[in-house]
Amino acid sequence: MNFKNILEQLNLPAQCRKYGLALWECPQFLFLIMGLIIILSILASYAIGTKYIDDPYIVALVVIGITLILIVLTYIITRSFERLAEANRMKSEFVSIVSHQLRAPLSNLKWTIDLLLSEKIDLEKEKGLEFLEVLEQNTQRMGDLISDLLTVSRIEQGKFVARNKNVYLKDLVDEVVKEMSIFCKTNNASVTFEPEEGLPQISVDPSQIKIVITNLLDNAIRYINTGGKVDIKLKKAGKDLYFEVKDNGVGIPEGDQKHIFQKFFRSRNALKKQTNGSGLGLYIAKSIVEKAGGKIDFESQEGSGSTFWFSLPIK
Amino acid sequence: MKKILFIEDESALQEALGEMLSQDGYEIVAALNGEEGLKLAQTKNPNLIVLDLVLPKIHGLEVLKKLKENKKTQNIPVIVLTNLETAEDVEKSIKMGATAYLVKSSYSLEEVTEKIKNFFNK
Repeated sequence: MNFKNILEQLNLPAQCRKYGLALWECPQFLFLIMGLIIILSILASYAIGTKYIDDPYIVALVVIGITLILIVLTYIITRSFERLAEANRMKSEFVSIVSHQLRAPLSNLKWTIDLLLSEKIDLEKEKGLEFLEVLEQNTQRMGDLISDLLTVSRIEQGKFVARNKNVYLKDLVDEVVKEMSIFCKTNNASVTFEPEEGLPQISVDPSQIKIVITNLLDNAIRYINTGGKVDIKLKKAGKDLYFEVKDNGVGIPEGDQKHIFQKFFRSRNALKKQTNGSGLGLYIAKSIVEKAGGKIDFESQEGSGSTFWFSLPIK
Repeated sequence: MKKILFIEDESALQEALGEMLSQDGYEIVAALNGEEGLKLAQTKNPNLIVLDLVLPKIHGLEVLKKLKENKKTQNIPVIVLTNLETAEDVEKSIKMGATAYLVKSSYSLEEVTEKIKNFFNK
C-alpha cells in the first residue's frame, strides 16, 4: 500500500460514499471505533491489573495479551465487512451495466416492431425482410448476453461442473472453425489451422473447451481490420497440449492489458471497433481453463495484433 | 426540405427512424460513428442533429463538444437520443449545449418521431 492509498483510506466520508453505506455501517468507520475500543481496553486492563495484581510484568503481559486478541478480532471483523460492502457495490455496478447492455437490442426490437406495425413498410418486399432479420439478430444478441451472464453466475457459484470425456482437441477446433465460417466471411478474415500430427486425447469437458476456443477465435476475427489473418496452432508442449490463436488485428493497448480477463472489461480498441459485446468472453474462458487445470494468457502489441494461448494438462 | 443528421451506430434504429421521417418528407443523412458524423455535419448542413452517446471511436459527448466548438456546426440544434439515463449524463449533455435529452427506451417509435418533428414546428 503506497502513501496515496493510505491517505485515500483515511478519507472516511468518501470511502463510505463509494460503498453507498451510512457512516456507522462503513467498514473504515467501524475500524476507527474498534481502534478506540482497543485503546480504552488497554487503559482499563492496565488500571484493573495494577489494582489487583502486584507483579508489573504480569500486568504488562495481560494488557499485551488482551490488546493482541482485540487487534486480531478487529481486523477479522472489519475485513469481512469490507468484503461484503465491496461485493454489494460490484453487484449494483453489474446490474447497471447489464441493464444498459440489454436495453440497446431491446430498443432495436421495439422500434423495428413499431415501424412494422405502423404499416409504413410492405413486409413482402425486400426491405420488409431486412427488418425481420433485424428482429432475429437482436433477439439472438439478447439471448447470447443472457447465456453469458448465466454462465458467469454458474461459474461464480461453483455450479459450472465439468463433464469430462476423452477427446481430440483437434476435433473440437475443427468444429468451432466450421461453425464460425460465415462469421469469418462477413469479417473478411482468413483462418488457418495447423495442428501437430499424432496429438493424444485429453480428458476435458468438450462443450466447455469449445466455449473457450469459440471466445478466443471470435475475438481474433472480430477485432481485426479487413484482410485479417488468423492463425491457429495446436501442439504438444511437455506434459500439456498447447493451443494458440494469433491475429493481426487492432491489438490491446498496454494500459488495458492487465484488465483483459476481468468481467465486463472491454479494451478501448475493442470499443472503438464496436460498442456491443458483453466483455464476459475472456473471463469465462479463463475460468474454464483454470478449472480444467490449465493456463491461459496472451501477448499483444497495439496496432499489430494479439496472440492468445491456453494449455491443458494431458491426462 | 428539412434535413436531419443521425449519428447512431445501431443501424436498425437509424433505419426505423429514417423510414418514419423520410416518409413525412424529411431528408435523412446518417453516420454510424462520431468521426463520420462530424464530417457530415460540416458538409451536409443539416437543420437538426440527433446524437447517440454510446458510439464507437469517440463518445457522443466528445462529438457534442466538437460540434459546439466548430463555427460551422455550433448553431445546429442537437437532440441527444440515448439509452443512458443517469442524471450525470443528462446534466453534461445539456451543459455542453444539447437542446434536448431523450431516452430511447422511454418512447415508442411514433412518440420519438413526433418529438423530433416538433423541433421544426417551434
